[in-house]
Amino acid sequence: MSFWQFFLTIFKISSITFGGGYTIVPVIREEFVCKRCLLTDEEMVDLIALAQSAPGPIAVGTALLTGYKLKGRTGAVLGVLAAILPPLLIISALFFVYEAFASNYWVRAALRGMSGAITAVMIFAVYAMARQCLTRHRIFSGLLMLSAFLVGLLTSINTGLVILALGLAGFLAFTFIPQERIP
Amino acid sequence: MIFWQLFIAFLEVGAFAFGGGYAALPLIEQVAVNRYHWLTLTEMTDIIALSQVTPGPIALNAATFVGTRVAGFPGAIVASLAAVLPQTLFLLFLGWFMFYGGRTTAIDRALKGLRPGITGLIAAATVSMFISTFIIATGPLTIDWIAAAAFLIVIVLRIRKVSLTKLIFLGAGLGLAGGLIEHLVRP
Repeated sequence: MSFWQFFLTIFKISSITFGGGYTIVPVIREEFVCKRCLLTDEEMVDLIALAQSAPGPIAVGTALLTGYKLKGRTGAVLGVLAAILPPLLIISALFFVYEAFASNYWVRAALRGMSGAITAVMIFAVYAMARQCLTRHRIFSGLLMLSAFLVGLLTSINTGLVILALGLAGFLAFTFIPQERIP
Repeated sequence: MIFWQLFIAFLEVGAFAFGGGYAALPLIEQVAVNRYHWLTLTEMTDIIALSQVTPGPIALNAATFVGTRVAGFPGAIVASLAAVLPQTLFLLFLGWFMFYGGRTTAIDRALKGLRPGITGLIAAATVSMFISTFIIATGPLTIDWIAAAAFLIVIVLRIRKVSLTKLIFLGAGLGLAGGLIEHLVRP
């Protein structure tokens, strides 16, 4: 994959992911894991986990690390630029008409359909990731997954803290307990 | 100097917004509304609404919006770059460790906890999305039939391996079609 191809791919991903947050996950997975086989599911989860341990938008962090992994430092910087360019261009363009645009009936209608579509594809991505994570140390991984799920769904604890706790849990468990004894 | 102020303000937002998305909102409010008075609270709410109908993270949308208001397009560029600068430096450093530093065992062990955890967090976000997408919050419990129809159609097509880009555009098309139907049948 050339620098230019990589830039275009991230630019495209950043242009079609509405709603921010984790919506980039299924799209990145499709482009780099399914279509081009440049990353494995496990590597992709690692990149997202790592991206989450830094401040800032998940989409930008994931684009940066994907670029870093595939194309080195130049790729990392290209990833950031490709990720921030679409919102930069679109919001500047809409600046003078934003009120009319955001409350427009047809824009809202299109968005309702898109939200349904994005929710559907998120389910597929989560399923693939969960299956991947549960291949080894099923009980340990399953418990962490369930706890993080409940914390994410039911509380408003800052994600940064949750990430820190998860990293610590993994580090402590695998430092002090022999690997073969972790279920 | 206005560019410098913009830069510092969004550097702060970028440096402290852990967890992305809504973690950035209180920071943006603190900086752009309360400290520099670049926005009113109503405009801040408008930006959140605008972010939901345009692609891109909310922090970047806010940076672009505020930058454009205060100093035109160059202001938007300065604010956006400032918002991602702390993250970029931090991840270049971390990425270097990860990909070139011979992957220390410490990171490897932490990742064994992070992998399932992140999956759990994304699953939680998906459930929240599911709820907010299908249930119309105003008035009595109502299902958003447009979103539900798009959801079901996309599930079927995704099983048949239709590409994601097509599915997202299809979602938009279905939304417009549904909107047209609602528009026509409305009394």
